Amino acid sequence: MLVFLIVFPLIIALCSLVIPWYQVRSWLLPIVSAVHLLLSGMLVLGRFPVTGDWIGLDALSQLVLVVTSVLFFGCAVYAVGYLDLRRDRGNQTMVPCLLIFLAVMTLAIAARHLGLLWVAVEATTIASAPLIYFNRNRLSIEATWKYLMICSVGIALAMLGILFIAYAALGGGTPVSLQFDTLLAQAPQLSKPWLHAGFVFLLVGFGTKMGLAPLHSWKPDAYGEAPGMIGALLAGGLTSVAFLGVLRGVQLMAAAGDGGMARQALLGMGLLSLALAAVFMVRQPDIKRLLAYSSVEHMGLLAIGVGIGGVAAFAAMLHLVNNALTKGCLFLAAGNVQRAYTSKNLAEVRGAIGALPVSGTLFLAAFLAITGSPPFGPFLSEFTMLRGIFGGEHYVIGMLVLVLLAMVFIGMGATVLTSTQGAPSATTAGFRDRWLLCISPLGFILLVLILGLYIPEPLREALQRAADLLEVHP
Amino acid sequence: MELTNSILLAVILINFFTLGSARLGACVRIVAVQGALLALLPIMVHGVTLHSTLLAAGAFCFKGVIIPWMLLRAIQRVRIRREMEPIVGFVPTLILGTLTTAGTFLFADFLPLISAHHEGLYVPTALATIFSGFLLLITRRKAITLVLGYLILENGIFIFGVLLSEALPLMVETGVLLDLLVGVFVMGIVMDQISREFSTLNTERLSALKE
Repeated sequence: MLVFLIVFPLIIALCSLVIPWYQVRSWLLPIVSAVHLLLSGMLVLGRFPVTGDWIGLDALSQLVLVVTSVLFFGCAVYAVGYLDLRRDRGNQTMVPCLLIFLAVMTLAIAARHLGLLWVAVEATTIASAPLIYFNRNRLSIEATWKYLMICSVGIALAMLGILFIAYAALGGGTPVSLQFDTLLAQAPQLSKPWLHAGFVFLLVGFGTKMGLAPLHSWKPDAYGEAPGMIGALLAGGLTSVAFLGVLRGVQLMAAAGDGGMARQALLGMGLLSLALAAVFMVRQPDIKRLLAYSSVEHMGLLAIGVGIGGVAAFAAMLHLVNNALTKGCLFLAAGNVQRAYTSKNLAEVRGAIGALPVSGTLFLAAFLAITGSPPFGPFLSEFTMLRGIFGGEHYVIGMLVLVLLAMVFIGMGATVLTSTQGAPSATTAGFRDRWLLCISPLGFILLVLILGLYIPEPLREALQRAADLLEVHP
Repeated sequence: MELTNSILLAVILINFFTLGSARLGACVRIVAVQGALLALLPIMVHGVTLHSTLLAAGAFCFKGVIIPWMLLRAIQRVRIRREMEPIVGFVPTLILGTLTTAGTFLFADFLPLISAHHEGLYVPTALATIFSGFLLLITRRKAITLVLGYLILENGIFIFGVLLSEALPLMVETGVLLDLLVGVFVMGIVMDQISREFSTLNTERLSALKE
């Protein structure tokens, strides 16, 4: 069943190459992703067996699978409306690339073999490069080139890390296998120096893909120049998948009894990401680059949560869900605003709520959500994370996180409030809110609102199971 | 053993050649030779088995033939012969390359390798090749040379991977090679677009996006 989930989008991607009708091709996206979402839900609820040597689902991958699937469905609905507006650019590349992207992301999530995980994550880089290049101008070429080179080299280092882990098995005298369950079982026997080196390279490799500072330099460019919905998929989906890759390394280190070292590394990178993002978000005039730095910030928060562990790790799992959905709303709404003003710079974008009542309001609401204002979901997850940090008596880190979050709120607020409030500047090019472009961000923000008010018991259990996987196993 | 070591030494010499040469066509061809030489390694290490033969054949086709052919075509299309103004000159890069290569040979002695790998040149060659790839990525401006640096980096990782081929089943190896191929293909398309838009392949022109 899981195999079908991966192969089905690939087959439809091939079909989309030969379908001559523009609208039919666009509509393939929501249809395929609806099927994907339905099947993912059934898989997670345990309707089909999902264990295997090559692919399978544990609590962590179930979480990421559902989040990615929901996000992709929302973006696919948005895509129909978006591609209808962009008939000049066509959808002959966009549709197959998006479907392949979905397939390889699913493969990366489900991979139970580190080699397979690597192949899938590298394939996501390749499949998403043409998506970033969609606008075909000088700036998007530059963004695509940087994305392609930095992420390919980063992922190559992750391969080196995986090979080091295999060498750790060789040095530890155990049978060499990169099958993840086998590795976890024999983790205590692995040769320590090679395992540590392997983890560092995994962190650098998948950290590049995730956009942790100081490896985030491609992120503002790629998110800034890609269409809004691609930004949403990268910031909410792909980063979560890359984070899963990092977590595999953490699991392995924890199983080998070196979880402390892995946590320290994550904590350091997380704090650095938060600090760097906060600095660059103050007086940021470009709304999409602003969102990219916000993504760096939240990747930092995820790393900090896992780095602290315990309650904070649980909060990080919840925050992964909240971040993905809120980023979905933010990027899609920002995409609408950019379309209306044909600009994403604060110099031109003023009074978006006046010009686009729905998208502008959604953008403002998602800004409040992502900066951790109640009653939205990120408030709950950030609050729980801080509770975990202070509960674990990491007072300095806790204060630092609080100060940086406040700085992010002020920096982001200045740009978002200026762009949404006041009288609209007169550059709106006849673009109005339309339901296909508003329904998805609206859905995302409603989900985030619900998560802020009430977490269903099954979800709480699933999050706890995922967080437990990161703790030390005897 | 003798033959393996000569192959590995040839690989290191090729690293030096690419670090010191300005002629792009020659660089692509010599990296093709490097890829073809690397394809012999699985057979050298593991003997003639199904796995090693298929891996060797795949590596030869992809690293030795198809990818270099794509790059040569890209050079012809954009009519660029030479790397004109590298960020760091050729002689300094060569010196840096020599230093890092010597460093990796010294460093490899201190690595906790298993006894079977203490003698061979595998690990230092792999590390030296990875560093050479990095040097190219850092010191050059032309998009083609950057892709070559990436290829050399991947070659270095491949050398290390040969020691561990039981960890990487054939399916994974195929996936890795396919990713490399499609990756370089996409990079080639982007290079085409760069040369069309900017009428140069110098990546220093790609500097509009910054804070």
